[in-house]
Amino acid sequence: MLTLRCPACGVMADETELAPGGEAHLTREGPGSTDEAFEAYLFLRKNPRGVHFERWRHAMGCGKWFHAARCTVTLEVFGTYPAQTSGPPEEILAAIEARRPGWQG
Amino acid sequence: MSEVTVTRMAPGGMITLRGDPAEVGAAAAGVTRAEVPGPLTITGDGVRGLGWMAPDELLILLPADEVAEALERLGADLDGVHHLAVDVSDARSRFALEGRGVRDIVQKLTPADLSEAAFPVGCLRRTRLAQVAGAIWMAEESRIEAICFRSVTDYVETLLRTAAEAGPPGFHAPL
Repeated sequence: MLTLRCPACGVMADETELAPGGEAHLTREGPGSTDEAFEAYLFLRKNPRGVHFERWRHAMGCGKWFHAARCTVTLEVFGTYPAQTSGPPEEILAAIEARRPGWQG
Repeated sequence: MSEVTVTRMAPGGMITLRGDPAEVGAAAAGVTRAEVPGPLTITGDGVRGLGWMAPDELLILLPADEVAEALERLGADLDGVHHLAVDVSDARSRFALEGRGVRDIVQKLTPADLSEAAFPVGCLRRTRLAQVAGAIWMAEESRIEAICFRSVTDYVETLLRTAAEAGPPGFHAPL
């Protein structure tokens, strides 16, 4: 069971109160982009074994979107952070580094 | 037999007010004479009240016959302020559960933590009641009120009555 703290309202929300929004921090390719880039934006996902950044919506609660960083293997949650960002904040990266040294390599 | 009674309450007046709480809070307090609630709380006396529904949404509770006047007053008070005020009285249904072990009864239907520490009197939480969305708040010790969308009223009523009938399982208080 996955429990995430919604950064908008502060509630510890159960997975069943949330709606998944897929991989986070995608670059939205539009008119003018190459076919390859557009295809990658539409269809190609990282689907990693380990650290993953995701979008979630607190659908049964305050209704706000937010981001979560978690491990897809152990379901460990490294932290959640607001939706209004295009990349994970420093403290989230530090929390991941503390638990999974060298995860980016 | 359970000691918890489930009552479908007469539809009261409800207004959804969206906007920055710092800007719209005073006007909402003006029509209800209730304090502006902090996150995850509800204020007022049950007839007139203010519930915190989201960082940018307040629920105004008031008698049904005062809704039109309140909307007019909100419109005047918030002239020029970015906001949305809508009468949702007919969109929702309201229930009251009362009796010993009421936390246990509702806990059967929701993943929210309803322990005394996490859900004290005056606390409001939007959550899931079995398969549908709902909001619950602790009106008094041993009284929980719930609202849900009107389209799922019968479902929620059956749900609450069935949960109450079987009695408290003893999650939060010794049997």
